[in-house]
This record gives sequence, structure tokens and C-alpha cells, in this order.
Amino acid sequence: MAKDEIKSEYRLIGTRPNRPDGLDKVTGRARYGADMTLPGMLFAAVVRSPHAHARILKIDASAALALDGVKAVVTRADFPTGLTGEDWNLQENSMAGDVALYDGHAVAAVAATSRLLAEDAAKLIKIDYEVLPHVIDVDDAIRPDAPVVRVGAADHTVPAGSPPNVVKCLDFGHGDIEAGFSAADLVREHTYKTEATHQGYIEPHACVAQLGADGKGEMWVCTQGQWYIRRMCAAVLGIDASGLRVTPSEIGGGFGGKTIIFMEPLALALSRKAGGRPVKLVMSRSDVLRATGPTASASMDVKLGMTKDGKLTAAKVNFRMQGGAFLGASPVGEALSCALACYDIPAVQHDGVEVLANRPKAAAYRAPGSPMAAFAVESLLDEMCHELGLDPLDVRLKNAVREGVKASYGPTYAKIGLVEVLEATKAHPNLLAPLGPNQGRGIASGFWFNHGGETSVSLAIGEDGTVTVSAGTPDIGGSRASLALMVAETLGIEYEAVRVNIVETGALGVNEPSHGSRATFATGKAAVEAARHAMAEMCRRAAKEWGIEEEAVVWKDGAAMPAGPNAGKFPPMSIAEIGAKMGGNGGPISGHHETNADGVGASFGAHVVDVEVDPETGRTTILRYLVVQDAGRAIHPAYVEGQYQGGAVQGIGWALNEEYVYGANGRLQNAVFLDYRIPVASDLPMIDTVIVEVPNPGHPYGVRGVGETGITPPLPAIANAVAMATGARIRSLPLSPPKVLAAIKAKGRG
Amino acid sequence: MSKIHVSAVVNGDPVDFLADPRESLLDCLRDQLGLTGSKEGCGTGDCGACSVTVDGVLVCSCLVLGVEAEGKAIGTVEGLSDGGTLHPLQRKFIEHAALQCGFCTPGILVAAKALLDQNASPTETEVRYWLAGNLCRCTGYDKIVRAVMDAASEMREAV
Repeated sequence: MAKDEIKSEYRLIGTRPNRPDGLDKVTGRARYGADMTLPGMLFAAVVRSPHAHARILKIDASAALALDGVKAVVTRADFPTGLTGEDWNLQENSMAGDVALYDGHAVAAVAATSRLLAEDAAKLIKIDYEVLPHVIDVDDAIRPDAPVVRVGAADHTVPAGSPPNVVKCLDFGHGDIEAGFSAADLVREHTYKTEATHQGYIEPHACVAQLGADGKGEMWVCTQGQWYIRRMCAAVLGIDASGLRVTPSEIGGGFGGKTIIFMEPLALALSRKAGGRPVKLVMSRSDVLRATGPTASASMDVKLGMTKDGKLTAAKVNFRMQGGAFLGASPVGEALSCALACYDIPAVQHDGVEVLANRPKAAAYRAPGSPMAAFAVESLLDEMCHELGLDPLDVRLKNAVREGVKASYGPTYAKIGLVEVLEATKAHPNLLAPLGPNQGRGIASGFWFNHGGETSVSLAIGEDGTVTVSAGTPDIGGSRASLALMVAETLGIEYEAVRVNIVETGALGVNEPSHGSRATFATGKAAVEAARHAMAEMCRRAAKEWGIEEEAVVWKDGAAMPAGPNAGKFPPMSIAEIGAKMGGNGGPISGHHETNADGVGASFGAHVVDVEVDPETGRTTILRYLVVQDAGRAIHPAYVEGQYQGGAVQGIGWALNEEYVYGANGRLQNAVFLDYRIPVASDLPMIDTVIVEVPNPGHPYGVRGVGETGITPPLPAIANAVAMATGARIRSLPLSPPKVLAAIKAKGRG
Repeated sequence: MSKIHVSAVVNGDPVDFLADPRESLLDCLRDQLGLTGSKEGCGTGDCGACSVTVDGVLVCSCLVLGVEAEGKAIGTVEGLSDGGTLHPLQRKFIEHAALQCGFCTPGILVAAKALLDQNASPTETEVRYWLAGNLCRCTGYDKIVRAVMDAASEMREAV
């Protein structure tokens, strides 16, 4: 395994070994959510509201229950009452109460002895609705006369007299905003809009759930976080969290969308009602698009002040976001915090509101809130650079945040790498490629906080000196490989001698999900500490064997060895020798560490895209794409590149194609992959990457986390490139061919 | 609805199963034969995660009825490797880190093999258009395309 060109003091960190789960995943052996079968298993189907907003008058399941082989039907009446806050939100989103709040909202579920029988039975469940007025668009929802999604949903931040669907208000900032704008040579203000998109993981949600009348049960489920699923299901069903054992399957993508529950409580409730028989519930793609995810839609005002030499003097952002029919689901707070995070601006003001609409409860999607915010801010910044005749990359560099700068969202930055990222971008050959007619180049920066969070890791030394790591963060994109690399590096053993298992909820303390770009950072940090813990114990065992003080033993190159002149002369005792002897020398050896991981290092990136826009059709083709991002340290560079490339392409989809399209009746019109079109291989060129490494001092190997920032710059970078190619500035996404064509024609008329 | 007896050959092995006439070939492979390597990502023929070959022709098995498999030879991801030896595509996918979550991987491998069976020297553009029916949400396709090109190159040299 060849090391990358990056100079490194490490033996394994920075190499590209085969991932430990690769063989299972190329042979079809890896077991995902829908691949589990249990004895006596039933199959479930869900009945969903065809209305965007409707009172549920009556549910009649008698015809379904009369079918032979139908074992249970559940409705909201089978769930406990009295839940509050987010627990109520989760319960309500899993299964409608008195009112269906969006197209696709679950209303009833049925379990039967076969999948086809369950689907037949679902069609026999008769539901009477009283259709209510609905509202879909974020700007429509904020109007004072909009249909009211839910009365009394607002929290304490909303002033009296606000429009009825406004449920949360935020504002923060620092500096003298008026003085800042007065100091500017150019002040510009525009409004931007982005539609909701879906995470688009290829694996639909799936679980096999079993729950007895005693409140004890288990669940096999595709999830980013088995403990989150456990806590949420326990709350929604009124059982003890420890009564439920949740085992994560392999996960077919998540991107934030598999951090919360959707249909899992329905499967558990069906099992409980069917005498504890296991129930399999697999969502269809249409159910996934109608009732899981998506992200929020946004309407955003941005005002920037800039001197004629490109220094930002003041910035004001005002964002409105809807995250469905549930308070707290939109990432408006994150969007505001990310909006100006790349720049050192003397005066900043952020205002935002969250609005309810008749849509599904928004879930996290890769850097939640940041892509929309970047679209608005980076688009306006680009426009102003062109108006002043300034190079957009130089202006970003001139205003870039550095260590010691107070971030727009409050804290002071520790060691960060935006300047290094922008300098590496400037040096890249893609910027020298000549552009032809109808072609344009767009640049944008992006930010994500990264995250530490609750983490618990155990590590056990085997009798042959090989090592098993028990980790709680599901492996979505190669984290078993990065964890094995860090543990092997720390212990001084071979990568292949470390096996990383992703374990069920009974095996460790609580772990947060694989979210927030935290798996390699936080689980890695805890795994390194667990390895050090085991190393200390192995040194004690060697000291005992040698009859010397344990302080006189050190760990080096995978073995205990005597340290210093007074320790005595003993040959190194390898991890294999210690493992072989441990049974008779004190018993099992393990390492353990649990933490609420601190030392998070913020992540910055910059993207450069070249596009060509067909003036006849408005279709945009990506010619070249460059991602430059600070990884802190790339543990396994191939999977770091993979995160950069995957994030960029999700952003390309958001920028060009993807959007939730609702009909006048409030029903989702494009709930299949043919119509909700994510990027395909023939849409794209290779995605060039540059890994910048400004190590994070808060991690033993310098890791920052790489998952999320990459989806942030593509939205504005592509909008900026299209503006350069066409001369038409479009301030709403997606940049679909009809919209681009209309903008080109409007410019011609203008 | 009464079930229909189906005899077919899957990955070289004779199989018999009872299919409800409404069941897709994908459902039969997964639920009747325990071959869960083929995945359902959409059920509408848009994502390619269920790609298999029927008498050598690449299809979405979610769009084929199980009863249509009667007398046919079906090839799935489980049949790609030859005993303990991986197909070069499988090996290159691991080496190039051409999978992240791995859910689309079985379908992409089956589709890529069907390409290389008829075109030993595909261009990058040909690979991209051939795989346009296989959605991957994790990788952005870069490493997938490289892995297919590299496997093709190795297979040409081996001939």
C-alpha cells in the first residue's frame, strides 16, 4: 500500500488499504435493512394520506382484518398519549393523529403473513377524510392569511401578532451594522430561493422489528444511529429504552436522513399487537420521497457591503425556512450560523424564522442549512466582485477567516485552513483551462462546523494478539477502514490485525449517530484512547511477567519493552505473546473510552466549476469540477476523496435538477427516481480533488471530519458559473433548463 | 392468487420456486431463493440496484416478473466471482474505493460486467452512458468509472 505524496510521520495513516468490509459489499453478502429474515416473520404495509391536509374522520379496518393471514392493524390509537416536544413530533410524524399533515403521512399500518397480502389488506382499510386547506411554499406559508398548519405550535421566541405559521424566530450578530454599510463603496441586497431536496440514499428505509407485551424487543434496521433509534422508538411507544435492542444493518446511504425514526415505531407496534411476531417493514421509493427526509425549502434575503478593493464591511441575512409541519425541523439556525462563517466581517446581523407548511418533517441532510445559505451569500458576493471588477477568488482570500478571528456565529476560530484551501485552489491547473463560448467558471467557498458528540468505544485484545474494536457509529463510507488504520497505527500493529465491528445498542454506552462528520473524528479519537488504555494494561502485564515496575515498561512497535537503563534486559514482548498469556496472567485485556468528544476542528472548502450552457435548451453541462477541502488529516485518502466527490455531486444535483414539485392539490408530483432526478454517471465529468491538511490539534491524528462541507459550495459555484456563461443571474434553484432558458431570453429582451 | 411453479438456472445452479404472478424476479430472487445481493432501490426500473442478466441480457429484475424466469439463465452479483476468485471488477471496486455505502454496488458490478462482455475497451464516455441507469448517491461516480476502466484494462492484458 503506497503512501500518498503527503509527507507523513506515520506508518499507516495516509495509506489506502482495502476496506475491511469491501469483500462483503462486492459479493452481495453484506446484509442491509431489507436483507434480514426471522422465523415467524410478518410483513407490513402502511396506509398513507393522499391529502396534504385533512382531518381523519374515521378509520375502518374491519375488511382488512377479515382476511385470513392478516394479523394486526395499528393506528395512532395504539400509541401512548401525552407526549410533548420532539417526542410528540416524532410520534406525530410516524403516524398521524386527528389530522394528516402532508401527502404521504402515515395513517394506519397492517401486518400479514406475506408482503402481497399486507399490501392487499392495506387497500381494504377505509379512511374518511375531511380535506382542509393546505400551504406548501415557504413564502405562501408566512402570509398572515395562510391556511393554518397547526394552532399553537409556536415557541416562546415568536412575538404576539406574528403570522400563524411562524413557529420560531432567531436573531444574533455583532458589530455596528449601520456603520459597516456606511463604510462600504458598494452595497447590494437580493432575495434567493431554494426548493426542498431529498437525501436520495439508494436504500429505502427498512427494518425487522419484534416487541413483546412485556415491552422487551429487538430491531434490525438501517440507521445512522442505533441509540437514537432506540431512544426515539422507546419514547414514541412508551417502553424502556433498555428494553429495546437495536442492531444496525449495513446502511445503504443516509446523508442525515437516517438519524431519526419514520416507520420503525409502526413495525414495533404491529409486532406488539401481533403477539410479538417479528414484522418486516420496507418502504417503497415513493414512500421514501413522500414521507422521509427531505430538507427544508428556503427564502433568503442577503445584504452585503464591500469596499472597492473587495473588503467586506457588513453583512445582513434574513432567512425564512419551512421544515414541514413540525417545529424545530428546519435547519434555519444552522443556515444562519453557516451563512457568513467563511468571512471576517466587522459587522454581521442574522435574522431568521421557521415556518410550518404541509410537508413532511424535514430531516438532516449533509451540512443542514449550509448549502442554501451558501447559495444566497456566495451568489451575491460573486455578483459584487464582478460589478467591482475584482477576482472572486482573491476577494474570498482577502476576507477569509483565520485562527483567532471571531466567527460570524460567535466563537473564536481555533486553527483552521480556509486560507490554505483558497491558496491551493488558486494554484490548481483547472483555473488555467480556457473557456469557450457559452462557458463559464464559478467559484464558491463553504463551511461546516463538524461535530464531536457522545461516543463510546471498546477494544479487545485477542488470544493471538489481533484486535477487535467495537464501535457505535455505522460505517456509511469506509469508517471501518479509517478506524482500523488509527488503532493499528496507535498499537504499532498491522492494519489487517484490527477488526472493527459496528455493534448493537447493548454492547456499548450511548453513541450519537454517524452524523455531523463525526465518525472518524469522534469514534476515532475514542478508539485511539481505548487503544492507549489497552497498551497501558499490556505494559502492566509485561512488567508483572518481568518482575519490574510498570513505569519501567513502554509500548513501542506493537510490543512492550523495558525502558531506561535500570529496567533490566528483556526482549520485547509482542502483543501476540501478551495475548497468548493473558488468560493466566490477569485475565482478558481490553481498552475502553467514552467521552462527549471535544476538540472539534471546523471545516472549510472551495469549489471551482466550469460549465457550458446550451443557449437553445438552457441545459447546463458540467465540464470540469474541482473540490479543495481541509481534511485536517486524511486517514484514508481514497475515502476522503470519495466524500468530497459525493458531496459535490449531491450539490450538483441540488443546483441543476433536484426539487420537490407539488401540485395545486398539495400532492408531491415527482415521487419516483425518474422524476426526482439525481445525477447519473453520464451527467458528470471526473471530480478533481485536492486534500489540504491543516491538522486539527483537537484530535490525536489531526482529523477534522470531511463528510459535509463538500455539499455546500456547489450550489453557488454552479449558479456563478451559469451567470458567467449566460450573463443572466438566477437567484432560485434548481437551475433547470426551462428556468435558465427563460433567464437567457429575458436578458435578450432586456 | 395461486402460485406458479418456475424452473430456472441461477448463477449456473438449477432452481425451482413458486412465484405469485404479481411478484417481480427481484422479489423471487431475494425472498424465495435467498439471493439478497440484488437490491431494490426504487421498484420502477430507475436505479439499477436490482440489475441482473436474463439469458445474458442486462435487465432490471424489478421490472421482470418472476414467472418470466421459467427456463431462463439468470446471472446475479452472487455469481460474479469464480469460487474464491473475485472477478476483476469486484477486485478493482475494492482497490479504487469505488463504493461507499455499497448498496448500489451489486447492480453496478452486474451492469459493468455486461458492458465488458460486449465491449472490452470502453471509453470513459461509453462507461458513463452504459452506467447511466445505475444510480449511486455516495461516490459521484468518479471512482466507479475509474474502477471499470482499470478492470477492463487488466482484463485486456490478461487475454
